[in-house]
Amino acid sequence: MSKRNIFLGVIFAAMVLCLPPFLKNYGVYMFSTWLIYVIATMGLNLTVGYAGQKSLGHAAFFGIGAYTVAIMMKAGISWWLGLPTAVVLCFVLGLVLGFPALRVQTIYLAFATLGFNTAVFLVMRNEEWLTGGTFGLNGIPRPAIFGFDLKGQAGSVMHLFGVEFPLAKDLAFYYFVLAATAIATALLWGLLRSPWGKAFQALRDNPIRAESLGIDTRNYTLLSFAIGAVYAGVAGALFASLVDFIEPAPFAVGASIMMYLMVVVGGAGYFLGPLVGALIGMLIPEWIRDVAPSLANWYLPIFGATVVVMMVWLPDGLMSIPDRIRAKRDSRLASAKRAEATSEIAAIAAQSEGVAQ
Amino acid sequence: MSAPILKVDGLKKAYGAIQAVGGVSFEVMPGEIFGVIGPNGSGKTTLFNSMLGQIQPDEGSIELNGRDVSKCGPLELSRRGVGRTFQTLQVFSKMTVRDNLIVAAQEHQGTMLSRMFAPSDSGLGDKADALIKRFRIEHVAQLKAGTLSYGQQKLVDIAMAFMSEPDLVLLDEPCAGVNPSLVGGISALLKDLNQNPHHGKKSSFVVIEHNMDFVMDLCHRIMVMVEGQVLAVGTPAEIRGNKAVLEAYLGA
Repeated sequence: MSKRNIFLGVIFAAMVLCLPPFLKNYGVYMFSTWLIYVIATMGLNLTVGYAGQKSLGHAAFFGIGAYTVAIMMKAGISWWLGLPTAVVLCFVLGLVLGFPALRVQTIYLAFATLGFNTAVFLVMRNEEWLTGGTFGLNGIPRPAIFGFDLKGQAGSVMHLFGVEFPLAKDLAFYYFVLAATAIATALLWGLLRSPWGKAFQALRDNPIRAESLGIDTRNYTLLSFAIGAVYAGVAGALFASLVDFIEPAPFAVGASIMMYLMVVVGGAGYFLGPLVGALIGMLIPEWIRDVAPSLANWYLPIFGATVVVMMVWLPDGLMSIPDRIRAKRDSRLASAKRAEATSEIAAIAAQSEGVAQ
Repeated sequence: MSAPILKVDGLKKAYGAIQAVGGVSFEVMPGEIFGVIGPNGSGKTTLFNSMLGQIQPDEGSIELNGRDVSKCGPLELSRRGVGRTFQTLQVFSKMTVRDNLIVAAQEHQGTMLSRMFAPSDSGLGDKADALIKRFRIEHVAQLKAGTLSYGQQKLVDIAMAFMSEPDLVLLDEPCAGVNPSLVGGISALLKDLNQNPHHGKKSSFVVIEHNMDFVMDLCHRIMVMVEGQVLAVGTPAEIRGNKAVLEAYLGA
């Protein structure tokens, strides 16, 4: 683990642990949504950033997770049964979506996954008997954990240094989402530092070479989709419970593209990239909409323009900045050394010329 | 006389009306460095691609350690002990040099499930470091492979082929695009790897190369191909003295 990651990790941990009790309910709600998007985009980062499979269908799995839990809970089944069902469903469908990736790559794969997302979206919108169509499903309850209902209560307070702080109603569920994010992050970290992580990157960098070294590119391609989809499914399950009302819009193709942008802006293939990406793509715009609504209309155009500029100057995302600084310093040192060596050689040459004369 | 590592028998491959390889047979013995030369269009690459499982031969058999592998793809061949290098640069450019070497052998141990819980370097760190030292690329071991010079990447590519202790290494133009001053170094390195393998077991090499001096210097035996046929097989001295080879290859 690099120093940069530890540093960012500590700042992040302090922020997500200590800040929300001081926020109003809307802020806590936004923080929860942010973390949910972090889980979803972490999965996409595995598929796109590590394994190099260009997927534009991620929001479909986000939706499948959300609808699975919502439909099951409406039928009176526990969230804790809905979650594993969503996980298994997303894993299986993720594998299925991986198959086109065995035949086509890059932009063609992106189109194939986009088609999948469109199909799933249409099911959500048109199959009213199952999904409620455009009216969606409402009244999705929150789960209970160890007998503690995460629905939360308004009116709780916290005493700190003799000052009374009112606590947001959604705080209990927020900490539940935070715990889920921590577990999801730890599991992905473990997976990526195991030999699997190297195999995924080998697949991304050069699938033909990988295969010649005994790396089963077929299995790793399919699993990169399946595991990524599971992360989206878990995020969706949390999302349904958080918002209490779901409809097809957040799971449309546009959402997939936004998630892809979050991964790219944060830094595809950088472990903490999705954290930054979801912050910029989701938390900050929502926050601006809350505190300065007049600015909010400008956020998306500015964000879009920034992405264009970034793709030109910083194609590897924000998390690549330290790497770039280091690379620049290294090359400066190298050219300084080269200049020194050249002048030395010139000096020696001049000297020997002098001797020759 | 021990059994050959590689036995190619009556290999044929046609593209439409063009018979790229028309019945080629040869054997490569354990520990041998076997060179394949021939002018452009002589069928070297088609032969090589068949041995690598990239294309299916029309006829004939390819045996590795006495077992038919003519139907095996690249993945299966790697598992059965065939390592290879590529004519063009084929490293994992965003991974460090050391990780390039580790990933080159990790899939040869355990199962996918066991690898999920294996240490990050799969226990291959020492082996990778030893090979890095042998290839004299210690100073770049922690750099991303894509940032290296062409010659250095070529060395990484060759080192990767040896990580998994293959029985047979197929070298596809190891000198292509390499600075002439490095060619001698690669030759010495390959000879050394052949004589003193970094693991206990000796590997056999098959080399395709245009650089005649390199082939003559490196190989124990050389096969000359012309128009999909074997023109001659022999030691470098025999090949050098073969009139037919001189005529066909040099047009003299």
